[in-house]
This record gives sequence, C-alpha cells and structure tokens, in this order.
Amino acid sequence: MNLELSAEQLMLQDSAFKWASEQWGPIVEKCDEEDWMPPDLFKQAAAMGFLGVSVEERYGGSNAGLLAEGLVAEQLSRISPALTMSLIAHSNLCIGNIANNAGDELKDKYLPGLVSGQLIGALGLTEPGAGSDALYGMRTRARKDGGVYVLNGSKMFITNAPVCDLMLVYAKTDPEAGPRGISAFIVERNSPGFSVSRKIKKAGMRGSPTGEVVFEDCPVPEQNLVGQLNGGVAVVTRGLDVERLMVACMCLGAAHEALEHSIRYSLERKQFGKAIGEFQMIQAKLADMYSQLQAARALTYTVCRQAETAGRGGKGTALTRDAASAILVAAETATRITNHAVQIHGGYGYCLEYPVQRLWRDIKLMEIGAGTSEIRRMIIARELLRSGSCEG
Amino acid sequence: MKILVTAKRVPDPESTIKVNSSGDGIEEAGIKWVVNPFDEIAIEEALRVKEAQGDAEVVVVSIGPSEAQEQLRTGLAMGADRAILVTGENLDTSAVAKILVKIVEKESPDIVITGKQAIDDDSNEVGQMTAQLLGWPQATFISELKIADDKSSAECTREVDGGMETISVPLPALITADLRLNEPRYASLPGIMKARKKPLEQIEAASLGVDTTPKIVIKSMAPPPAREAGRIVESVDELVTALQSEAKVL
Repeated sequence: MNLELSAEQLMLQDSAFKWASEQWGPIVEKCDEEDWMPPDLFKQAAAMGFLGVSVEERYGGSNAGLLAEGLVAEQLSRISPALTMSLIAHSNLCIGNIANNAGDELKDKYLPGLVSGQLIGALGLTEPGAGSDALYGMRTRARKDGGVYVLNGSKMFITNAPVCDLMLVYAKTDPEAGPRGISAFIVERNSPGFSVSRKIKKAGMRGSPTGEVVFEDCPVPEQNLVGQLNGGVAVVTRGLDVERLMVACMCLGAAHEALEHSIRYSLERKQFGKAIGEFQMIQAKLADMYSQLQAARALTYTVCRQAETAGRGGKGTALTRDAASAILVAAETATRITNHAVQIHGGYGYCLEYPVQRLWRDIKLMEIGAGTSEIRRMIIARELLRSGSCEG
Repeated sequence: MKILVTAKRVPDPESTIKVNSSGDGIEEAGIKWVVNPFDEIAIEEALRVKEAQGDAEVVVVSIGPSEAQEQLRTGLAMGADRAILVTGENLDTSAVAKILVKIVEKESPDIVITGKQAIDDDSNEVGQMTAQLLGWPQATFISELKIADDKSSAECTREVDGGMETISVPLPALITADLRLNEPRYASLPGIMKARKKPLEQIEAASLGVDTTPKIVIKSMAPPPAREAGRIVESVDELVTALQSEAKVL
C-alpha cells in the first residue's frame, strides 16, 4: 500500500528500524526479564535525532513534523514497545508539551538538555485516585507562597519517574474551579519534597520504568509555571491529542511485527504434513490481521498529517475526535493482532523465548494508557453529538 | 583532500531472492534495495578520514539505475558532501570500472574507496579493474587505514590468509574496504534532513564516451536445489552404511 511518504520519511523509517534492530534487538529480552533500561538509552536516541523529531532546530530538534515523529515511534516499537514508550514519554509528553506551551525562558533553559538526552523528562497527570477522571479528580495542590508554588500530592503510573531529571506536573492552583483551576509546572527531580516512592511492577512494558511520585511541600519557582495560571486544561487536552497519535503509531509497529512473525511461522511450522499457512483458519487470521493493520495505519497517518496543520486541538475540535478514533482503532487492532499472533504460534507463542507474547503483553497497555478505550469512545461520541454531524 | 566513494544499489541481504520467470536474473518486484554493505563501510571510512583531516570533501558515486538516487541520499544522510549518479542499463563490472575511471579523471580525488565487492554478484572486480585502468596503486581488503601526516601516502592493513599484512601506498590510490574496517554509522534524522539540500549530479553513462557493451552475458540463473528432509538413523552402523552407499561421501 502506498502511504505517500516522502523520500526523507521512507529513509527515516528504514534508519529507525535498522537502528532499533541492531541496538535494541540483542537486549530486548533482558529488558523484559529484568525490567531493565539500558543506561545510555536517551543519549543514543538523541544521537539519531529521535528525541527532537518535531522540535524546532534552535533547540536541537529537526522540525520534521508529527508524522515523522510517529514513523520513528512505529519503527522503534516493532523491536521494543517498552523502550519506545520511555522515549515517547520523554520526547512527546515532556518535551512536546514544554515546546508548545512554555515561554522562551523555560524553553531555552530546558529544551536543549532534554533534546540532547542530557536530561530525562517525564509527565505527571494521573493520580492514585484519578485516572480516567484525571481533570475532575485531581488532588495534587500547588499553593502560591511568595515566589514559589508549594506542591503537595502524588502521581501514579508515571513513565520514567524512577529515572527522570525533571517532570511536567499538573496540579490544582484553584481547587474550587475544577478543570479550570489546573496549572502545569516544570518540577526538577532534586527539588526538596520530590520523591519517587516506588517502582511499579508491570505485566508488560518492562524495561520502561514506571513509578509513583510523591510531593511533600515541594517548592517550585513561579517562573516554572508552563502556560497560563489555571490554564493547564488546555495544555493537557492539546497534548493528549498528539500523545494519542504517537501511541497509535506505536501500536502499528507492534502489530506489524507480530504479523511478520506470524507470516514467517505460518510458512515454516508444519502440522498434519503441511505448513500451517495452508490451513484456511490460519489464512483467515493472516488476511484479517493485514487488512485491519493497514486500515489502522491509513487512519493514523491521515490524522497525523491533519495534526501537523491543525491550528489547535482539544475539546470541540475535529482533531480531538479524530486522534481519539485513530488510537481507539490502532490500539484495539494491535491487541487483536498480537493475540492472533500468539494463537498462530500455539504453545511456542506462549513461551517467553518467542517474541510475540512480549508484544502481546506490552501493547495491551495501549488500550489503557493515554485514555482507555472507553474514554476514547466517550470523546468521539461527545464530539459527534456536540456538532450534530460526523462531517468536518 | 578529496575522497571518492562508491554506493552500489543492491537487494537487502535480508530479502528473499527468487529467480525471475525468464531465468536470467532475479525477481525484482517486492525487493527492498539498500547500499551495498561493503560500500557502506567505504563511506564510513571516508567520513572518518574527513573528520580526522578537517578540510576533506567526500563525494559518493553510484552507477546503475536512476533509482540508485535513494542509495546516494543514504550516503549523503550519513555525511557525504555531494553525490554523482551515472545512469545506465545492463552494465557489467568492466563497464562500471571504465565509467568510474571517467568520474575519477573528472574529480581528481586523492583516494578512491570502494567496497571489496558487491553482495549481489560478488564479483570482487571493480576496485581492482579501476586501479589498473587508472594506473594507480591499490590496496584491497583493508581492515585499517592510516593517512600519513603529509598526506602523500596511506598505510593499509590487509587481511590475508593466516594473518595481517601492512602496506604503504602513495596517493592517489584506490582502496577496497573489508568487513572489519569499521562499523558504519546510521543515517540520523538531522543527517537525512541535511541530505535533501546536498547536490546530486546526474550523468548518463552514454555521454561519457566509453564502450559499455557487456563482456559478460548471463545465460541462465537457477536457485540452489531444494534440500531434502533428513532422517534419524538408529545406529552408527546404519549411519556409516548410509554415508557409504547413499551419500557416497565415505
């Protein structure tokens, strides 16, 4: 299928896959078994330009656009969704939100270090009691005290928390105002009162460290406010649109790889005296896997291109509806495809020596993180009913 | 200092190769094309010389179909300064060497580095033929390259049977790269973005005034015979009997 990628985008795809195959291929099992992240992960990715794909050149980025960033996420995710997720949490969630919302002073201070991999970033939105209901249920408070905001509260399931140098944190600055009382801050790891209370053990995405973060009277300079005071909801929703597209691209990569393994295995594995690919029930699976993958891919790339030209995202925009559609389809497609891949591989597919089970465990998270499939459906329906039409 | 390197368009070594229906070549549909891996090593070495010398220029050359632009862009994304594509059909190693000589005469580089062979036809001839036609010294299958401080010569370590041989060649010289010369860098995103602004000159082979009539004609191409399934024998005696009477290797 011709997806109308430019010569540069095709070369970037090749280079990203080659890099991930050679650099990550030999270590992905160790990452999964030991929940281990290679210490030079971010610096190595920075050397390839992968931490600043869509960041402006003056901060060390390549300004190559969101689709290019998604293509990198897709190719890297073929080899390791887990390591890719850590890179995306850094480059898209942390760097992207700072680049799109912070003033020049903060961007000059933090972006060059983040884009070059000298600093590792994270983003803190979800809380122990506020997942899908993050905006209304948020309990982390930021109280103004002279020249600082004092943070109290905790954040849950934070990718990169155990290894990060700084975190973009959302906190209530006007608790009575609901979502209109949320602000975003850059909090440095070495701030007093900032602690990572534990590293969380996960069923998949192992190698991407996830932590719970606690703020106890943690002072943050008022200059570290990102965007407007009480304007955090705009940062969250616009950021989530883009994050969902990157996650959709990661799903495509894992699904693609699971399908490649399945095709090869169907040609090699013999039962009843012939290759299992000669059985129609296997053929039907392969045909569905391919068709659904390509449909998800066409949708995701189209919305990535749409996001490159959209003025803004967030509630009430076509981009919010369509980014939710792309991730809904891509994530459910990826869980279905990786599930079929394990089934096609039979007993071997369930063994840790075969990679399809890792893709299956890893990618299930993508129906949960960045908004669950249920929340994605709510958003799409909300936008359809708000406009009274599916056009535009 | 100027360094000229080659970048042949070849099928990805990971590709599944099938003989085409007319039996005189490979089925090209669905094949992914890459820079010949030995040429990638040559490009990497040229870039390392450039980085060590400071003021060197790296020119990457491909001779083949117009699609070889993609391989030249890869060379440019790795860091080469400009590219030359000589387009032509049905060129054998002798024709390629004669074309390369014309490009070398036009560019007057201090060093030409080629891969020791291309992984598609494994001819291992173009480097040697080109050096011979130019009347230049050649150092083939090298695993280490050191340029003299006065840039008048190059010390080359060659991998020979049973050990290493170190030779010195006066420049200009032609060098062919072996596997262990270096580990080529990846084309980074900033490199890819820069590559599209770098010059890529296209020349038709016919315009160079060389006779490119093939000296080699491929009569037929056939896949290796399919391997028959093995079988498990019950005893050493049975194995020895089978090796003697069936496999006829004892």
